[in-house]
Amino acid sequence: MNILAYLIPISLVLGGVGLVGFIYTVRSNQYDDPEGDAERILSDEWDDHPKP
Amino acid sequence: MTVALRPSACPACTAAPAAEAAAERDAPRDAQIFLSLPTIHCAACIARIERGLSEHPGVRAARVNLTRKRASVTAADDVSAAQLVAAVEAMGYEAHELDASSLRATETDRAGRDLLMRMAVAGFASMNVMLLSVSVWSGAEDATRDLFHWISAAIALPTIAFSGQPFFRNAWSALKAKRLNMDVPISLAILLAVVTSLWETALSGEHAYFDAAVALTFFLLAGRYLDHRTRAVARSAAEELTALEVPRAWRIGADGVEREVDVAELVEGDLIRVRPGARCPVDGEVVEGTSEMDRSLLTGETLPVFSGPGQPVSAGEINLSGPLVIRATAVGTDTSLHRLADLVAVAEAGRARYTSLADRAAKLYAPGVHILAALAFAGWYLATWDVRTALNIAAAVLIITCPCALGLAVPAVTTAASGRLFRQGMLIKHETALERLAEVDCVVFDKTGTLTEGDPRLVANDEFDADDLARAAALAEGSSHPLARAVLRAARDAGVAPAKIENVEEVPGYGIRGQIGGEEIRLGRAAWVDAETGASTETWLRVGRRDAVRFAFEDRLREGASDTVAALRGAGHRVLLISGDTERAVASLAARVGIDEWLAETRPEDKVARIEALTAEGAHVLMVGDGLNDTAALAAAHVSISPASALDAARAASDIVLLGRNLSPVAGSLDLARKATRRITENFRIATIYNIVAVPLAVAGLATPLVAALAMSTSSITVSLNALRLR
Repeated sequence: MNILAYLIPISLVLGGVGLVGFIYTVRSNQYDDPEGDAERILSDEWDDHPKP
Repeated sequence: MTVALRPSACPACTAAPAAEAAAERDAPRDAQIFLSLPTIHCAACIARIERGLSEHPGVRAARVNLTRKRASVTAADDVSAAQLVAAVEAMGYEAHELDASSLRATETDRAGRDLLMRMAVAGFASMNVMLLSVSVWSGAEDATRDLFHWISAAIALPTIAFSGQPFFRNAWSALKAKRLNMDVPISLAILLAVVTSLWETALSGEHAYFDAAVALTFFLLAGRYLDHRTRAVARSAAEELTALEVPRAWRIGADGVEREVDVAELVEGDLIRVRPGARCPVDGEVVEGTSEMDRSLLTGETLPVFSGPGQPVSAGEINLSGPLVIRATAVGTDTSLHRLADLVAVAEAGRARYTSLADRAAKLYAPGVHILAALAFAGWYLATWDVRTALNIAAAVLIITCPCALGLAVPAVTTAASGRLFRQGMLIKHETALERLAEVDCVVFDKTGTLTEGDPRLVANDEFDADDLARAAALAEGSSHPLARAVLRAARDAGVAPAKIENVEEVPGYGIRGQIGGEEIRLGRAAWVDAETGASTETWLRVGRRDAVRFAFEDRLREGASDTVAALRGAGHRVLLISGDTERAVASLAARVGIDEWLAETRPEDKVARIEALTAEGAHVLMVGDGLNDTAALAAAHVSISPASALDAARAASDIVLLGRNLSPVAGSLDLARKATRRITENFRIATIYNIVAVPLAVAGLATPLVAALAMSTSSITVSLNALRLR
């Protein structure tokens, strides 16, 4: 039964990390242009170095 | 360049202007310019426009948003939007300037973000609670089960408190107004589920509905979010259309200097310069200059109207040939344009009376559920004399009947349908527009600007020969009058080179004159060249003393106009044409597109009266129109469509905006709307069948948390999948 004492907090923390990550992406406007983002994958424009 | 004129503090900069220009480019004087790019559609478009714009001098950053089809450009102060528009058009894309201030308001979608956040939290919680619940369902007992229930409670309570707020708030405001809406049973179910579960947990009971409460919140929030997104996309696109008209005017100050000001700053009595090609910003009287005004958007007349000193002009008319100075007699909300736009507000209030399918369902549903739960409680209490059991059963009934599927039924379908229409170039503005569109059985078209493009073309006939065309084209070269441009285009298409001509001069409001070999030639209004005025759109060419030659013009049909009419008639709809233009013009156009019923020379009131008469006969009228004269008719019709090229007021009055040039999506949209309504009723039926199966289980006390979770998810997923069939 002791395993529960580890696993439950771990699952909650991992889920929480995902949640925090999601909230960060919402706050930083990453869902403003879903269609554009899908198309941008096809462009090799910034493949070698990030956009300045 | 300004650099050379301005004394510089830095001597090196004077020596090297490029260095100063570079220094200037790094100075923090950025302006944000927004461009609308209606024709972009792929990765290559994005890359090309972003690269092209970044290479434009003065541009620091350019970002294209494909979802909203717009670009935001950060550029130095001296870069004008017109330059960028020209640059994008040179790349082969259509571009329009957007008014940055009216866009700012919609840049961040706060309500949507709020819903998304609540949905994320509910999703996170429901996954975790579900994990714990699965252990309970698969046989955890005693202390372990209690522990799992307590952990579930610790996750579910804060989640409900945060994520459930939109429902609680709506329900509370409905109760305060002594009404019932869908949110009342939802809130009651969520709260009752949490309260009885806590109670059960405290008494170490077997069943806790924490997972149901959280999953319910999650599913319903998903429905709300879908609903919000559909409307947010439409709203932002509609606002974009408003932003297309940048409200600026040239005011002549007391010192005689012209300044560009916002239309909002104009007051009565101001002198305003209206340049050729510009739209008149206010109602007023011409003080100086002569020109011709295009009134087609206001009245449906295709022939330009002469205007000179003393003549009244109203806001929205387009100045065609000469510069005018007008004295404002009415500004802002007093202009005739705005007064007509106010009619729209009245119509919008009328539209609100239409109850959507979802509301009608909720009206039946909410009281039914409450009565059922109350009966279950009373029955079980009388049977067992145990409040705990009775309350548990009542909660189970509320949870299992809770309109999870109903909450998703409408939003899922409307999202799928309006997404599909958006891709075809139609924008649904009003929330019930789709349902009303499905009921249409009679379609009324306006002529100018709706069935036709509102852009005249020269009709080739034997009244003039190639020499005449060459001379006319030579004169037309210097003018921006639409008829002159049509002549020029026809000459180019026919391969006729403009003749050699001297002393070309435009006489605003009349025409153009010039000389060939000492002989004066004129191209312009009938009266100016001593010819008889005809009924169609025409211009006359007179060479020396010879008889004037007539050039007749015809408005070109909008792309897809005939096909649309044919498709509508094929589908059994009644099709009418009502226009403010002359009888001859309307009759010939009606014959061309194949409409038998038509009315000409109608005033705005006549159009409304006709539509009201049709409605009284029991028809559901779809009005398609673009002019100010159509505004009231658009509002009076059951549902209305206007092209994006329409005047602001007309677009505001209509439920659906047609984004592209092509008219053919109209016929398809009626079909799609009908399919969408069918899907919505199907979804209601699915939800009802599910309730018929599940409610007896719940009332019999057999709805364990596992059954509730399974039933709820199944119905929600079925409903969503059914909606996806529309895509």
